[in-house]
Amino acid sequence: MSDAMLKVRDLKIGATVYPPSGKPHDIEIVHGVSFDLEKGKVLGLIGESGAGKSTIGLSAMAYGRGGVKITGGEVWVNGQDILKHGIRDLRRLRGADVTYVSQSAAASFNPAKKIMEQVTEAAILQGKFSRKEAEARAVRLFDKLGLPNPETIGNRYPHQVSGGQLQRCMTALALCPEPDLVVFDEPTTALDVTTQIDVLMAIKAAIRDTGVAALYITHDLAVVAQVSDDIMVLRMGETVEYGTVDQIINNPQEEYTQALVSVRSIDHEEKQPTPDPVLSVNHVTARYRGTNFDVLRNISVDLHEGQTLAVVGESGSGKSTLARVITGLLPPSDGDINFAGRTLSPALEQRSKEDLRELQMIYQMADTAMNPRQTVGTIIGRPLEFYFGMRGAEKRKRIKELLEEIEMADGFIDRYPAELSGGQKQRVCIARALAAKPKMIICDEVTSALDPLVADGILKLLLNLQKIENVAYLFITHDLATVRAIADSIAVMYQGKVVRYGTKSEVLSPPFDDYTDLLLSSVPEMKLGWLEEVIAHRKMESAGN
Amino acid sequence: MHPILKLLVQRIALSLLLLLAASAMIFIGTQILPGDVAQSILGQSATPESLANLRAELGLNEPALTRYFDWLFGALQGDLGTALTNGRDIADSLGVRLKNTMFLAFWAALISVPLAIFLGLLAVRYQNRWPDKLISAVTLTSISIPEFLIGYVLMYFISVKLGWFTSVSTIYDGMSLGEKLSAIALPVTVLTLVVLAHMMRMTRAAILNVMQSAYIETAELKGLSMFNIIRKHAFPNAIAPIVNVVMLNLAYLVVGVVVVEVVFVYPGMGQYLVDHVAKRDVPVVQACGLIFAAVYIGLNMVADIVSILANPRLRHPK
Repeated sequence: MSDAMLKVRDLKIGATVYPPSGKPHDIEIVHGVSFDLEKGKVLGLIGESGAGKSTIGLSAMAYGRGGVKITGGEVWVNGQDILKHGIRDLRRLRGADVTYVSQSAAASFNPAKKIMEQVTEAAILQGKFSRKEAEARAVRLFDKLGLPNPETIGNRYPHQVSGGQLQRCMTALALCPEPDLVVFDEPTTALDVTTQIDVLMAIKAAIRDTGVAALYITHDLAVVAQVSDDIMVLRMGETVEYGTVDQIINNPQEEYTQALVSVRSIDHEEKQPTPDPVLSVNHVTARYRGTNFDVLRNISVDLHEGQTLAVVGESGSGKSTLARVITGLLPPSDGDINFAGRTLSPALEQRSKEDLRELQMIYQMADTAMNPRQTVGTIIGRPLEFYFGMRGAEKRKRIKELLEEIEMADGFIDRYPAELSGGQKQRVCIARALAAKPKMIICDEVTSALDPLVADGILKLLLNLQKIENVAYLFITHDLATVRAIADSIAVMYQGKVVRYGTKSEVLSPPFDDYTDLLLSSVPEMKLGWLEEVIAHRKMESAGN
Repeated sequence: MHPILKLLVQRIALSLLLLLAASAMIFIGTQILPGDVAQSILGQSATPESLANLRAELGLNEPALTRYFDWLFGALQGDLGTALTNGRDIADSLGVRLKNTMFLAFWAALISVPLAIFLGLLAVRYQNRWPDKLISAVTLTSISIPEFLIGYVLMYFISVKLGWFTSVSTIYDGMSLGEKLSAIALPVTVLTLVVLAHMMRMTRAAILNVMQSAYIETAELKGLSMFNIIRKHAFPNAIAPIVNVVMLNLAYLVVGVVVVEVVFVYPGMGQYLVDHVAKRDVPVVQACGLIFAAVYIGLNMVADIVSILANPRLRHPK
């Protein structure tokens, strides 16, 4: 065997699936993948959901999630084929030689135990270090990862630190036993962009300083370009392209890789504001019951007919609360909302059926926004009955028209949500909103749960429908690339306030306010060395101040 | 004030309020029963004068509200009144009975609670394999059979055929602890069998629920053994639901054991209550009701307090 610390040969992975109709059966989800990883190097595994990247990452620990089983091939770690190991040998490998950082540190930490106990647990249990040594090492790692109060942060419980900090604690957990290999599974996906950049930097520095090998799994090519030496592009369990980071980013050979590199190809010309907006939010202030601070403070924005207002901000900025206020779910404590030339009553119960019809909503999780026991036809048909009293053949005809508008075939009318892909589900939700013939649709993070190429398709569809139906969108998102693609005007929210508001070209042109600058500069760019540039730039600025 | 202290004070205040409401319900319930206490004491042949005298003596002519508060304040000071049937002080006779019931409940709980949790953990460890199925089958069978039947069957085989333990579980002062334990062996066994299934199933379900969490996967990927995962990571997060069902069953051991007491002629609260219901001895029934309500409310309060204390988010706020 060569000196590669991880060698994967012709890896095949299977799973048992339980379709809603029909018998459970076994399928193959990874079809013969091979790669090498040397000590101190980082291999990025990239692909859309269902590409098998997490599954492959976990196979480095000979672990299968749920019903997933490794069915063939070889996985050599430090010269041993771990697929031939029994459970005892595997336990000695897991948490000692190979460790894992998951996407959601918040869920992956035991809420009932202190952080230090969990970070050092594997190192102590596996006999790598004594408790004292492990704790000293953990403190050094906390410090290296840029956590505040490295001496004492371990005494806290997981809920007592922020999401970005917890993700760094998870990295410390993985590095504490001095492993040879760390599997990073989407470690920054759940974070805000401004937090992501710090965590990325911390992870990159920690990998470099400890000389550990890493598998870095993500769906975001721009992120993986910052941390990897090599990249493997996966699609539906097969290798599409495997090469150095430079080759994949700057000279992609395969069509699919090229599409990934050049995603967000939407060309949208910004429309100018009209004199009377369809929606104007005037000086709205709101707070949740039983709390003593305002989540929205003096918000004023306008949305014009047939246009898109993007509300952008990080988690906790109040952007979803704004949607709740507009829909009437949370009556504001101050200010009012004008819609289609009339003032909307603050509370949902007092709104007319016409108010409800003209203001529709599409949600982030299409899965939970549909009744799983209703067919697509029933789901789309409901607003047709409710608002227009349609029945029978007339209704069915209209449903088919709507399906055509969302570019889905007639045949879907009798399918259940569980039989649809993520993108198809979101399309059905769009059709349901359109069925009411609304003047305005609130889109709350509608593409956040989707893969980039699928999300791209949804955005194109939304823009196309806007042209046909002249519907206005209030588009809530944390993703600036999406904003660039579809917005006519933009409101940047931060801590319950609108810090920047105007047409897209105004908002995205300098001079920037501090927060917008931070936000814009934190969005990973698809070029090598971007991360270092940004960090160097920020250091220079803070030194200059 | 620490937020958790506030929660605890609120929870305890709620319990007191509930107990007050329960006392009112018990009082109202006994008042709207048909019949007249004086009449039932003196019998059919009573003269109108003696009836009127007795009513005055018992205070039955006072308004209901006055009688309720008299009774309530009396109860708060440990005075539960006197039994109509034998004129004895209720608090005294009840005290002995309550002690006996608690004695039986204590030993039944001491065996059944650890056993149920252990079996629950075992069922999780061997989920869907034969030990799990066997444990479920046995405990579900034992909960499905009426307790008096289990009682008589045990009595027949163990005390009549084998002669290991006595079939009559009467205990009295002056018995040594060993004699007492030998006497209550059979009722304790029956009670254990009755409460086991509920607690075991809940332990199993609560832990299995926690086992779906991402942090269990983290523990697996740290190379922990199944036993350590359950003990260190799953169990601490499953305490609240388990304690809840344990407390419900403890309450049952105190207030629901009438049938077992009767079967084994055990001198506990249940038998005392049944005797006096039959004799329409209202003050005794009220006193028993009040104590049962207090036990139920108290144990459920303990369960909620444990749940609050077991929650790290409440214990260690941001």
